[in-house]
Amino acid sequence: MSISEMTALELGRRIRSGDVTVLEAVQEALDQIKKKEPDIHAYVTVDEEGALKRAAKVQAMIERGDLKGPLAGVPAAVKDNLCTKDLLTTCGSNILYNFVPTYTAEAVQNLEKAGAVILGKTNMDEFAMGSTTETSAFGVTKNPWNTDHVPGGSSGGSCAAVAAGECFYALGSDTGGSIRQPSSFCGVTGIKPTYGTVSRYGLIAYGSSLDQVGPVAKDVSDCAAVLETIASYDKKDSTSIPRKDLDFTGALVDDVKGMKIGIPRDYFGEGLDGQVREAVMRAAGILKDRGAVVEEFDLSLVEYAIPAYYVIASAEASSNLSRFDGVKYGLRAKEYEGLHQMYKKSRSEGFGPEVKRRIMLGSFVLSSGYYDAYYLKALRTKALIKQAFDKAFADYDVILGPAAPTTAPKLGESLKDPLKMYLGDIYTVSVNLAGLPAMTVPCGQDQAGLPIGLQLIGDCFQEKKIIRAAYTFEQTFTRREER
Amino acid sequence: MANLISDETIEYVGILAKLELSQEERETAKRDMGRMLDYIDKLNELDTSGVEPMSHVFSLNNVFREDVVTNGDQRSSILKNAPEQKEGAFKVPKTVE
Repeated sequence: MSISEMTALELGRRIRSGDVTVLEAVQEALDQIKKKEPDIHAYVTVDEEGALKRAAKVQAMIERGDLKGPLAGVPAAVKDNLCTKDLLTTCGSNILYNFVPTYTAEAVQNLEKAGAVILGKTNMDEFAMGSTTETSAFGVTKNPWNTDHVPGGSSGGSCAAVAAGECFYALGSDTGGSIRQPSSFCGVTGIKPTYGTVSRYGLIAYGSSLDQVGPVAKDVSDCAAVLETIASYDKKDSTSIPRKDLDFTGALVDDVKGMKIGIPRDYFGEGLDGQVREAVMRAAGILKDRGAVVEEFDLSLVEYAIPAYYVIASAEASSNLSRFDGVKYGLRAKEYEGLHQMYKKSRSEGFGPEVKRRIMLGSFVLSSGYYDAYYLKALRTKALIKQAFDKAFADYDVILGPAAPTTAPKLGESLKDPLKMYLGDIYTVSVNLAGLPAMTVPCGQDQAGLPIGLQLIGDCFQEKKIIRAAYTFEQTFTRREER
Repeated sequence: MANLISDETIEYVGILAKLELSQEERETAKRDMGRMLDYIDKLNELDTSGVEPMSHVFSLNNVFREDVVTNGDQRSSILKNAPEQKEGAFKVPKTVE
């Protein structure tokens, strides 16, 4: 097995046993990057020099016995909306084209403490607003399975990098499906944790009440190990939640006997591609064969999640993005008259069309006269959606469905009709509104050979249940494929 | 289309959002926002009377701490990101006559 084919945990074992050095692992990843980047463009920034220096340091720490964890020495990539000290962080936007943070995001710091080597920063939709990674100011990322197709988004760079072997795992962020949908399109595994599980300190905010950082990896075990590493209570994030059950790798159990799995009928209606439906139902069948109790049920309110989400996310974005004004960092317009015009020109030159669209919608729904009708209405809808999930989780341990209604669309098709693109988020956004954990696991391919993802949703703080179901599915599915 | 966005509305939103839009961007914004609001109006089908708006899933409490400096002086590294600076401060156009 070549190094680049190894999972993160396998590589970590080989590094600890002395089979592979950290430098060899980093060199292998950098070679893959050189080979694949001309076609894929998963990275905005590759930090070759920093990664090589860090490799020597981590190797020494492992040899001294100072680093013993399962991910020590394993090279990783980080989405470009997570601040990294002394390393360019653009958030996919022209307004941050030259921004070099003075501090590192808490999730990335946790990785570094565990001995990770950061290879670089991955491409993303501008400010994480988009479902294709095509709204990035730094070029389009392509799907490693077929470069005529998008990788999904907004964490498209992270998912493409993992799928192409350009890193061993990556961090993404998920506000309305931005880890789960591109994981589905790229045939990799990704988790959006319960809101408050991973610190948002150093994550450039989009929709603060919805944003969560999470892992993207080659399989369920890697995902659990990375989540275990990045999850922590952080005083610097006022929404961080102290939890004592962060030993997620303990849930890697190949058994679902008696587990109650609900399939929402409303996730299988109009708009769902037939091949995706088939693959997801086959996955449900596999879990049933393994002893899970699988039932269909009506979740309700599914069609209200997208309008509620776009009101809330845009409102929060319009407020969060007011900090980009050309004063303290980032782009400042070259010509202007007075302070006010400097703000306006800098923002207008710095933001792309999708970001402007959402800032304007957000400003509108928060403006006096519309606040009650739109913003408060969306927050009331969110409360009802949360209640619907509470009701479902009184009966089921896990909710199973597709991660996206289709496989990856072709490049250039989605941005023509923004509303249509938003509708692709139908199975993912309600999870963010309700603060739930959910993950995507590959469950097959369509006839064109593009990956299909299975989504498993858990109740708040029940990551272990979805990890257990995902692991059991993955193990059984892999055994069947190998036969 | 039920929601017709007027020029005045786009002008007002541009002021709120601090964005300067070209004529073409205004026309696109009018159309896109109208379509989005039509779609968002779907929420009106739901009876939400008596439902409290939920801004956060978990109840948020204010997190208090002592106001103690824990990091060192980062003025020079922070100023490296400034588009313009003068004498250790961010430089902006004159705001008060």
